[in-house]
Order: sequence, then structure tokens, then C-alpha cells
Amino acid sequence: MSSSAPSPSRTRTEPAPVRWALIITALLFLGLFLFVPLAAVFAQAFEKGWDAYLAAIREPDALAAVKLTLITAAISVPVNLIFGVVAAWAIAKFEFRGKQLLITLIDLPFSVSPVISGLIYVLLFGLQGWLGPWLQAHDIKIIFAVPGIVLATVFVTFPFVARELIPLMEAQGKDEEEAAITLGASGFQTFWRVTIPNIKWGLLYGVILCNARAMGEFGAVSVVSGHIRGSTNTIPLHVEILYNEYNYVAAFAVASLLALLALVTLVVKSFVEWRMRELS
Amino acid sequence: MATRPITRNTVIPGFTPTLGYTVFYLSLIVLLPLSALVVKTASLTWGEFFATVTAPRVVASYKVTFGAALAAAGVNALFGLLVAWVLVRYRLPGKRFIDALVDFPFALPTAVAGITLSSVYAANGWLGQYLEPRGIKVAFTPVGIFVAMTFIGLPFVVRTVQPVLEELEQEVEEAAACLGANRWQTFRRVLLPELLPALLTGFALAFARGVGEYGSIIFIAGNMPMVSEITPLLIITKLEQYDYAGATAIATVMLLFSFLMLLTVNLLQKWSRRHAA
Repeated sequence: MSSSAPSPSRTRTEPAPVRWALIITALLFLGLFLFVPLAAVFAQAFEKGWDAYLAAIREPDALAAVKLTLITAAISVPVNLIFGVVAAWAIAKFEFRGKQLLITLIDLPFSVSPVISGLIYVLLFGLQGWLGPWLQAHDIKIIFAVPGIVLATVFVTFPFVARELIPLMEAQGKDEEEAAITLGASGFQTFWRVTIPNIKWGLLYGVILCNARAMGEFGAVSVVSGHIRGSTNTIPLHVEILYNEYNYVAAFAVASLLALLALVTLVVKSFVEWRMRELS
Repeated sequence: MATRPITRNTVIPGFTPTLGYTVFYLSLIVLLPLSALVVKTASLTWGEFFATVTAPRVVASYKVTFGAALAAAGVNALFGLLVAWVLVRYRLPGKRFIDALVDFPFALPTAVAGITLSSVYAANGWLGQYLEPRGIKVAFTPVGIFVAMTFIGLPFVVRTVQPVLEELEQEVEEAAACLGANRWQTFRRVLLPELLPALLTGFALAFARGVGEYGSIIFIAGNMPMVSEITPLLIITKLEQYDYAGATAIATVMLLFSFLMLLTVNLLQKWSRRHAA
């Protein structure tokens, strides 16, 4: 860039004042819309100091919310992880009709409003729903209970792992697996020794995004939860209750846990992206 | 790779079980519940359905939801292109950090985004205290909805434009420059047409996300019927009043819109792939 001769790169960049104006505008926009909210979460969480912060997080209802969130993620992430790997195997290693449609359908939960993602389960399992009377007769609670929360979370996090693995495995092709099989490896051996090492970073990438959404989902979970304090509240729902009670310090303290999760997710994500670029 | 015939047999095992499981799980988790929505709607008569989805309060919610989402997607298209351009083309300190931060709205749970934006833009908030004396009310107005949608839609345009911008061949620009085009002409006539499919894809994704968004909006919107009430909230309100039919009818309208956007995005991506080829 700094060479004095009119290098070819000169033709690919703008005069310095334009360049600076663009950079400053972009940074102002990002500062206003990204950095201010990011800083505000933590500033508000610590507004009344460490003690108030810790008290808000250690409060029994908050701990119950953390526990439920962890349970929800511990179920929905593995379930969707297995699905993602299986679906990517079928789609990337074989040719069949309707493949494109299948990929579109797998992506479907991303384009559905979170509120609708919750509503459909209410229509299925709610008291007025298809299975509602049967469930009530057998004293099984799904809606306004933990199973509903897990189901809605599984729905909204459904595509994450699959959509990460499908393009990755398609790009890698199937030569290595075919070679392993031809040399006498079994299907499972091929999968564990050949495929998994090839896709591990993509897998981690999908899992980390899936987990962030599973722990942070609000709209869908809000519809099916019933908002019972200490029982059917996830962390985001607990934040909402505290906020609506004007308990701002506690709301932001608990919210800061989720903001922290978001930051950790971004760090891991950047690391994985860097690894994948190194490898390719 | 492209020369391989698509019907070629492979020695790799597991086609039937993996495809079977995929279709089964997809049907169980996604298709069956979604069909519950369709069936429930089908139990309404046309008259009932039409009356519900065109009630004045519902129509007002479409206007504010779609209007704000359109405006937010527009702002994101413009500034997303700018951010992508700056990140790809210029050297600046902390670029890695900025690049990672672009995904923050994607990673931050929507409820947290909602209460944070609401507090930042409230009358005594960090930004609100400067805006309100100047007569710009953001929190608890439709402008707040627009701000929240801009926040959550921000990564979409940057992340669709960025890779295309990185792949652009510099010969094209050099050729334009050699032929006497200035930078602006090169951008307008050469670069922008190349970026357009990706830009439109990002715009459509941000728009669709904004329309369906709930968590980050309800805290800042004020939720006044006819003024700042978004359509997803109206579905929840109906549900809380045990008006399942009403909630379902409105949800069906939104779902149809989602399908339409999905189709649009797929077509745009097909176009952009052909463009790149």
C-alpha cells in the first residue's frame, strides 16, 4: 500500500479522505448499534455494585431458571446434533430426488417467527389441541411445563448443526469414505475415523451456535412456558419478569449472564473460523 | 467433481437409515406441528378467517411490523454494505474484534437485546437523554421497533456481502480504472452489479427476521394497540385470551409470508450462484 510508485493497488482503493469518511461512518454505526448496547448490559448489571449483582444471581428463582436453561440445552443440543450429523450424511454422501426440498425444509424453523414456533406446540398439546384431552386424561403436562419448553427449543434450534455440516460435507465429497470402505473398514469405523476428524470443527461451530440459541430463546419458550416462577422459567423468561417488576438491577444482572454467554460464543466461533481457514 | 454422474452408485453404507431418520425426525419436530397450524386454520370458515386477519387492529399491526422491518432492512442494506466494504478493503486496528462483534446481535438472546435497547433509548438512558430533548422519541414508539429490528438484522447483510466482496477479482476494477472510470463509476457500474444479488439476499433475510421478531421488540415498542403493536405480539395476546382460532389465523398469514420470503431468498441465492459462475 505504501509503495511510492503508482502501483496497481491504487486503482482498487479510494482517495484517503473518502476512505476515512467511510471508515468513520461504519465505526459510528457499529458503535451506536453494537457497542453501546453491549456496554449498557454490563454497566446496568453492575450499577449497584458487586454485592447487588451477586445477590440477584444467587437468588433461588434465578438459580432455578439457570438450572432449567441448562437442562433445556442439555437435551435439545445433543438431539439436534445427532440429527444434524445423520441428515448431513444422507444429503452429502448420496444422490436422491427431492434433496433440495429436504434442505429447504430443514432450514424452515429459521424462517418461522419464534411466536409461531411456540404456538404450533400449543395447538398440538394444549388443552384445546389435538392431543390435549388425551394428555389430560393421562395426567401428562407438556404445555406450561418443562417438556413444552424443551420441544419449542428443539424446534427453533433444529437447523443449526445440519446447515453447518451439509455444505461442509458436500464440499469434502465422499472419496475418503469410499477409500476406507474399499480397504475393508466398516461403516462405523469409517464414520469415526474418517468423517468425524474431517468435520469436527464444523461440528463444534454448529453446536456452539445451537447452544447459544437454545439457552437464549425467548419468543417460542414464552408461548409454551406458562411463566411459573422457580418452575417453568428459563433465564430469558426470568429476565423478563424481573424487568417487568421494575427490578432493573436484578434483570440486568441475570441478563449479563446471557450476554456473557453470547461473548463466549463469539470468541469460540471466531476461533473455529480461524482454525477452519487454516485447514483449508 | 462436477463431471461425476449424479446417479453413480457408491459403496458408502447407511443411505436408508440416515435418510429415514432424517425424514422421520423432520416430520415429527417440524412438519407435524406446522401442519397443526394449517389444520386449525382450515377449521375456520373463509368469512371468519378473513374477518380476523383484516380487523383494523390486525391491519395496523401489519403496517407497523412490515413498515419498520422494511425500513430497518433498508438501513441495514446500506450500512451493512458499508461495514462489509470497510472490513474487507481497509486496514484498521482491531479489525478482528470488530469483525467478530458484527455477529453479536445473532448471539445475544433477544430478551436481553430488548431490555438493553429499551433502557439505552429511554428518556434517562445513555442515548435517550440526548434524543428526547430534541424531540426524537425512540423508546415506546414505532421508532423503537425500527431500532430493535435494525439491531437484530445487522449481521445478515454484512455476512452475505462480505464473502462476495472478498472473492471479487481485482482485474475487473483495474480494467475499469484503465479504461478511465473513476472510483465512483467503478463502484456504481462494476462492483455494485456484482454485489447486488448478495445485497438483496441480505436485505430479504434481515426483512424476514424483522417481521417475525418478538423478544427484542416488545420491551422497547410500548405495545400500544393501533400504534406500536407488532403482529407476533398480537398472536400472543389472542392466545392469552384463549382465542386460539384468532391466533392461528394471524399466524397463518405470517407463515405464508415466511414461505414467500424463503422462496425469494432461495431464488436470489440461485441467481447469485449463477452470477458468480
